[in-house]
Amino acid sequence: MSLLDTAFGVSPLTLRYRSERSAQLAANIANAATPGYLAKDYDFDSALRHAIAGSESTLHSEHPHHIPVQGQGEFGDTLYRVPTKAVSNGNTVEEEIEQAAFSENALRYQSSLQFLNGSIRSLRLAIKGE
Amino acid sequence: MGIANIYRITGTALNSHSKQLDLIAKNMANSQVISGSEATAYRALRPIFTPILDATMQGDEVMGVQVEALGVSTAQIEKQRMPEHPLADGNGYVYLANVNMVEEMTNMIQASRAYQSNVEVMNTSKDLMLRTLTLGQ
Repeated sequence: MSLLDTAFGVSPLTLRYRSERSAQLAANIANAATPGYLAKDYDFDSALRHAIAGSESTLHSEHPHHIPVQGQGEFGDTLYRVPTKAVSNGNTVEEEIEQAAFSENALRYQSSLQFLNGSIRSLRLAIKGE
Repeated sequence: MGIANIYRITGTALNSHSKQLDLIAKNMANSQVISGSEATAYRALRPIFTPILDATMQGDEVMGVQVEALGVSTAQIEKQRMPEHPLADGNGYVYLANVNMVEEMTNMIQASRAYQSNVEVMNTSKDLMLRTLTLGQ
């Protein structure tokens, strides 16, 4: 691992996680009217555990035809959301909850960007020495 | 998946919901259509939404939504006695469209709200991407 990889701490990983999650939430919102669609979301705890465990705990495949391990993404599993109310067409997307989660996620993405910007500024300062 | 894919996902959703609005307009426009037999009476069209699945290493990933097919409403076709109508059948009946205006209006509100929230998602993602582009400046 080079110096630059560690210089930014967890922020790059967080950004990737936030961007993956925003796509998942967008897919939920897009399917808000699809009968039988089950809303899914990333679980922060399992994503965090994955990040801490690093690459040792995940299985590597050495051949493109190896069968991948199901449900083991880079950020852990996506889990089905438990709906708070029952809908007759079996759809578990609750627009308000998804919207709230999406904007929360966007906010956290922005804060990670902010942290990254801070680190970049510090590095610049160290390089220029001004 | 990632923010770059959101345009694809939300794009399909906008497309599907505008198709749904199209169908609602069609149903409302044809709500007064009179027909000479039960078989040819106008039946309200309904979009059938299905998720677009993309097979990945982690199983099926949802990449949006599509209108897979059009269904017709199974609501009963009402017949009305109008012997003087040129389309009336042998018994003097004409058959009305099975479009329920109230139902169409509520569907329209639902479709336009869904459209709006997807536009909102697109706008937010655009802001995030623009901010990411100016990272470190």
